[in-house]
Amino acid sequence: MIRFILIQNRAGKTRLAKWFMNFHDDEKQKLIEEVHALVTVRDAKHTNFVEFRNFKIVYRRYAGLYFCICVDVNDNNLAYLEAIHNFVEVLNEFFHNVCELDLVFNFYKVYSVVDEMFLAGEIRETSQIKVLKQLTTLTSLE
Amino acid sequence: MPNIRGDAMRGLAVFISDIRNCKSREAELRRINKELTNIRQRFRADKTLDGYQKKKYVCKLLFIFLLGHDIDFGYMEAVNLLSSNKYTEKQIGYLFISVIMNSSSEMKQLIIQNIRNDIQSRNPIFINLALQCVANIGEREMATAFTNEIPRLLISGDTIDPVKQSAALCLLRLHRTSPDSLQLNTEWTARIIHLLNDQHLGVATAAVSLIDALVKRNPDEYKGCVNLAVSRLSRIVTSSYTDFQDYTYYFVPAPWLCVKLLRLLQNYPPPDDPSIRSRLNECLDTILNKAQEPLKSKKVQHSNARNAVLFEAINLIIHMDCESTLLVRACNQLGQFLQNRETNLRYLALESMCLLAASEFSHEAVKKHQETVINALKSERDVSVRQRAVDLLYAMCDRSNAEDIVQEMLTYLETADYTIREEMVLKIAILSEKYAVDYKWYLDIMLKLIRIAGDFVSEEVWYRVIQVVVNRNDVQSYAAKIAFEALQAPACHENMIKVAGYILGEYGNLIALDPRSTPMIQFELLHSKYHLCSPTTRSLILSTYMKFINLFPEIKQHVQDILRHDSNFRSSDVEIQQRATEYLRLSEICSPTVLATVLEIMPPYPEKQSPLLVRLKQKKPLMEAEPSGETPTTPGAHTDDGPKLADTAIHLNQQHQQQQQNGLLVSLDTIESNGHYNESTSYSLPSSSVPSAAPLQSAKKLLFKNSDIIFENDIIQIGIKVEIMKSILRVEFYYGNKTNSNLTNMSSSISLADELDPDLRINMEPIKSSIDPKAQIKQAGTIECIKDYGNLPKMNVAFFYSNVPQKIDFPLPLYINKFIEKAEMDSNNYFLRWRNLDKPDQECQKIFPAKFPMNHNECSQKLDSFGWSDLAGIDVNADNFCGAGILHTTAQQIGCLYRLEPNKQAKMYRLTIRTSKGGVAARLAELLEDQF
Repeated sequence: MIRFILIQNRAGKTRLAKWFMNFHDDEKQKLIEEVHALVTVRDAKHTNFVEFRNFKIVYRRYAGLYFCICVDVNDNNLAYLEAIHNFVEVLNEFFHNVCELDLVFNFYKVYSVVDEMFLAGEIRETSQIKVLKQLTTLTSLE
Repeated sequence: MPNIRGDAMRGLAVFISDIRNCKSREAELRRINKELTNIRQRFRADKTLDGYQKKKYVCKLLFIFLLGHDIDFGYMEAVNLLSSNKYTEKQIGYLFISVIMNSSSEMKQLIIQNIRNDIQSRNPIFINLALQCVANIGEREMATAFTNEIPRLLISGDTIDPVKQSAALCLLRLHRTSPDSLQLNTEWTARIIHLLNDQHLGVATAAVSLIDALVKRNPDEYKGCVNLAVSRLSRIVTSSYTDFQDYTYYFVPAPWLCVKLLRLLQNYPPPDDPSIRSRLNECLDTILNKAQEPLKSKKVQHSNARNAVLFEAINLIIHMDCESTLLVRACNQLGQFLQNRETNLRYLALESMCLLAASEFSHEAVKKHQETVINALKSERDVSVRQRAVDLLYAMCDRSNAEDIVQEMLTYLETADYTIREEMVLKIAILSEKYAVDYKWYLDIMLKLIRIAGDFVSEEVWYRVIQVVVNRNDVQSYAAKIAFEALQAPACHENMIKVAGYILGEYGNLIALDPRSTPMIQFELLHSKYHLCSPTTRSLILSTYMKFINLFPEIKQHVQDILRHDSNFRSSDVEIQQRATEYLRLSEICSPTVLATVLEIMPPYPEKQSPLLVRLKQKKPLMEAEPSGETPTTPGAHTDDGPKLADTAIHLNQQHQQQQQNGLLVSLDTIESNGHYNESTSYSLPSSSVPSAAPLQSAKKLLFKNSDIIFENDIIQIGIKVEIMKSILRVEFYYGNKTNSNLTNMSSSISLADELDPDLRINMEPIKSSIDPKAQIKQAGTIECIKDYGNLPKMNVAFFYSNVPQKIDFPLPLYINKFIEKAEMDSNNYFLRWRNLDKPDQECQKIFPAKFPMNHNECSQKLDSFGWSDLAGIDVNADNFCGAGILHTTAQQIGCLYRLEPNKQAKMYRLTIRTSKGGVAARLAELLEDQF
């Protein structure tokens, strides 16, 4: 199960934080900082997986942004690694060549994309065509 | 300039730009405060705000919240947006609630009402929004509220696919957060399982996750899913990627669905039905074959997706652990990955191989890769990969390769990363003990370990060395010899001094005839290190000196001089001073025979599981949800169980070690650490038998407590522990067998006063059929209060004791107050409600004499533990008590108010209770009247 999804830039600014567990606000802040410290020191020769407390982080870096998914230790690493990429491709299509600022200015839309693809800590929909079709329908609504 | 697309809210974009342009934290704060003031005014003054504006301001508030600022208003406006009939407004409303979710209970009801409206609407977009909201923040109340509606959506033929997907995961969320409140009708089981077959792969993908969770709770009920999962899987893996256009990801058909299906199957043993089983084996075979095919794309996404499925298939093969050909094929495939360019693959291969090493079919196959793994240990750049290599070496170690592997690990330890050293030390210690043929080898390894990684040698490790030496006569003189030699090194780790000191104190005599290690030389060598050591170690060395007096009477004078020395005799450290004083006195007044008895050699330690294994299981800091969120029984939380168990075990061990450590001193009057009781069990059995059956002398025991012993006689002791969650109690019964024989044919039931019209719904798990001598079993379950009640349920326990049937009946002291939840309010509110409850049967007043000394604090405590609040400062008379509570029953919530007025002169109390439901006041008053 996914425990949370974080998108952070190199400086540690959070661009998306989606929590699938109930945490206190202080705890959230601590987790964000810890994850940032954990992934930014790793380089391309390292794996895309890091143990994190009693869970693990599967992450991938796109330009200046780190996409991190925290999952249970026995979850499938590669499946979540590609789930990140699938998500990024959808964002890229939806925002026509996505950049960090799109995520800032349209933060409320990013949540909609997440809800289409991940729900209750599980993968909900994996077809890019279906997700994008749904998102286009939603965008056309008032 | 930022690139703003679409119909974005302009004001929001401008605000975000402003924030981004702020040069300092202060400037940002000023801008935010300005905005907050503005929004507050808009919300307050302008009743005519239109939907768009409301949406915009709520969205701004959300942005401010996400920047890390507290938001204490705007909730109502957000909830208002839910009832808008425009998608964009509704969406922002739901988003705000999902992200901030800090609403009071009244808000909650309002939110639930809005969600219900949307779910019942005909608009699939709105239904979806509402379901997504429940999936994000759903908890007990929502589970109760939608216990029928959401499952209906899931299985109804009219529901469109995206809504089904959301409904499935919505149910999953509710199932995880409040499994007891979500009652899934068993008639739905088959239809839920059949979602695996759904034409829409997205529906199947979402549904597998739900089914996986339901299976974990009730494997038998959902057994039918195995067949369907296998056939779905088979259809996907045997088809071409072109068959699943939408769901093909980089030439791999539906990889995520495959992974989920393969995981679902890991909940069950291999299928019994030979045709299903062979179909599954074919699938696994096909997946392994595909891994050998040339890649269809150079993109890493292609190989990742393919391998995601492959690794999950290997997990399933390992889980089934019966097909040796598959296991060996899996192992060979992983062996190839060990040499792969991709670090990810090498890492995962090492990880999976660890599991394969544990299977008897593949253990040997794994061992073939020893060389490569050792290489990985030396050459991998990523420490986590090296860590996996250590894990694998540990897992593949057996008697045949232990010497090599331990040697390699020792070599690597010298350069290993600090982060993994302690774990490596533990692993080396465990392996060298487990596979030691010759304990001299073991001791050599252990002393070398302490020499090269002394800082990382935890207490457990060196305690264990000593335990092994104490328990094995054949190595004691060798141990003394090498310990002595180790001490001769110019720089010695303190852990080495501890071990050597202890061993010489016990067995120094075994090497004393050697002119190179005479008693005096041993003593002087040890003492040359004394001043460099910490107080703890010094205390230990003082004990060794004392033991020397017994072993070597000829150096008694020297030892006494040291004990008498100011730095010990008057040490500022209490422990050292005490030992010096007592030891000195002991050596002065006792005859040699007494000394010989007191300072006798340590008796063997009881053989137990090595504490090192326990230590190894100890985990890193945990990440846990707020208690209000997931309950501990949720399957999602099962990962936590391991560490928790380990924690208790460690706790026990520490106790034990504590005694061992004291033993160094306590050994003066022979150690008695053997067979100490496990004190962490809540109801340990008293050793002396209690005179005959004495059910509930103080009848209202559980009135103020949440755990107690509710029955006890010569044979059995029954305890209870309850945890309150509104109208549902989580209950645990503990049955302790006090006798020395088994209690068999155990049965236990709870009967209600009126079975036809029950006021409680009891749901206990079946009790174990027998209890071992002096053991205890637990039975857990829930009791739900349907409506308020006066008659206590009866507990009926029956069992056989030495073939004689025994039957015990007694009232279960589960009083109605257990379902009361505290309510806080101010005095206006309190008196307003008080006045409203003025019908005759809503009030009950009792005047009774004080049974106990009239102590204000004790009264307050009792009222508090009775379940309702004790509101200070409401009554003008500070001696009086006022408070409130809500009595939760499934039928309704009953408000309860009380006032207790002590009269110290007359030694009397007046208790007045008012409740929103008639008759309840009298019941509560009855419970309390003789308790003060």
